[in-house]
Amino acid sequence: MNQEVAIIGIGMTKFGELWNRSFRQLFVEAGSEALEDAGIKSEEIGALFGGNMSAGQFIGQEHLASLIMDHSNMTPQPATRVEAACASGGLALRTAYMSIKSGMHDVVIAAGAEKMTDVLPSKTTGALATAADQEWEAGFGATFPGLYAMIARRHMHEFGTTEEQLASVSVKNHYNGSKNSKAQFQNEITIDDVLSSPMVADPLKLFDCSPVSDGAAALVLASAEKAKELCENPVWIAGSGQASDTLALHSRKSLTTLNATVEAGRQAYKQAGITSKDIGAAEVHDCFTIAELCAIEDLGFCEKGDGGKFTEQGETGLKGSMPVNTSGGLKTKGHPVGATGIAQAIEASLQLRGEAGDRQIDDVEYVLTHNVGGSGGTAAVHIFSR
Amino acid sequence: MSVSRFWREIPSRYNLSGGKCTSCNLINFPRRERCKDCGVSDFETIKLSGLGKILTYTKIHAAAEAFEHETPYYLAIIELEEGPRLTAQIVDAHKGEVSIGAEVESCFRKISEDGKAGAISYGYKFKPRK
Repeated sequence: MNQEVAIIGIGMTKFGELWNRSFRQLFVEAGSEALEDAGIKSEEIGALFGGNMSAGQFIGQEHLASLIMDHSNMTPQPATRVEAACASGGLALRTAYMSIKSGMHDVVIAAGAEKMTDVLPSKTTGALATAADQEWEAGFGATFPGLYAMIARRHMHEFGTTEEQLASVSVKNHYNGSKNSKAQFQNEITIDDVLSSPMVADPLKLFDCSPVSDGAAALVLASAEKAKELCENPVWIAGSGQASDTLALHSRKSLTTLNATVEAGRQAYKQAGITSKDIGAAEVHDCFTIAELCAIEDLGFCEKGDGGKFTEQGETGLKGSMPVNTSGGLKTKGHPVGATGIAQAIEASLQLRGEAGDRQIDDVEYVLTHNVGGSGGTAAVHIFSR
Repeated sequence: MSVSRFWREIPSRYNLSGGKCTSCNLINFPRRERCKDCGVSDFETIKLSGLGKILTYTKIHAAAEAFEHETPYYLAIIELEEGPRLTAQIVDAHKGEVSIGAEVESCFRKISEDGKAGAISYGYKFKPRK
């Protein structure tokens, strides 16, 4: 069996500091919305694959497979939790995709959820740092912003990237987020706002960093046969790639290229039979502003080292030659880590369905999503088409 | 970090003890089950010099719980003379002494403690080479 796979339903909660909503409420809301969008009942779902980084640390709850199916009234159907730090959602999508591709299932849910604001900020920083090497990075004082700050410092040293160019990523993503009603932040900001925000890990400031967020997102995936039967506007998965790299940043030969991104991108482009030039819009993993610059370089949207200039010149804006993070990205839409990879696919679906409202890109044929775990130890790249 | 988890790696943490692959001569630090390059699992134990240079660095202002009381502090990726790279704090540095390419040397310092009554973890930090 080797069949095509489509997204036939999408659903997501608003992302943000949702003090009054629990993990359970979030995933049920996203899942229900996706089923409603697909126009099918939960009994028709063959299996669920859910991305979550760290419910054990954030809400003291593991065994999410049972929790989710219980509260979604979906027992005894099977569920599988997928974890790869911030790439958990992207890997849940890929796992769900493979379950249909293999012929095992006809219709499945790929979901992601994270509830991060039930613990204090220092605890959150520590929990996120478990995506780094606990013994040889975090144990010596490394934080996630710290690791990306060291990538940024090296990028500035090698390519002349400036703090203003980093800030321009954030300004652009805030502008896009201001047009997204599900985004955590819907306000525009200026370069000066970024440069004058408090230092987190030099040279990264608060507004270079994606926020701590709660949220959930879900997709209904179907085989070609089912998709044609159930859906008028399927979004096809044209390519799927995944790759690994060393857990510790310091072990990599290059500190400014994420090889996992390069490799996952190569696989996805090859499967889709296209190149980076065919991509009409992309959702990339901008957990920090520097991460977006590395991503657009590593995915081939611009030359290595030119990401800063490319962004500063507006090429990645809504009206640019290569719109990036039309949703507002992780920076503005929010980054409930396990949900992010799924939310990226939702933005891709909205763009391809022509439902992206004020942030719609005209005549977009292919949309790429790029989800990274840790400082680049895992990357997943997907390409979607109409 | 639990005492046993820390204790198992004390040779690397206290003495920068690494493993030189007997097949391809690559120096692995910290030690691994298999050589990073050739995959062979036979090593000769060697003590690294602790001399190196800064490849990149940051100054951390928002830290995890265990390091909150130390902020702001410098953190760097250092390439040792023998080749391995590691992540460590830079201490005893005056303004301008922490930069890409700066030469540093290891020193033995307290890294963290497990609460007021718990075990204290020691290990390497680096300082500018005078």
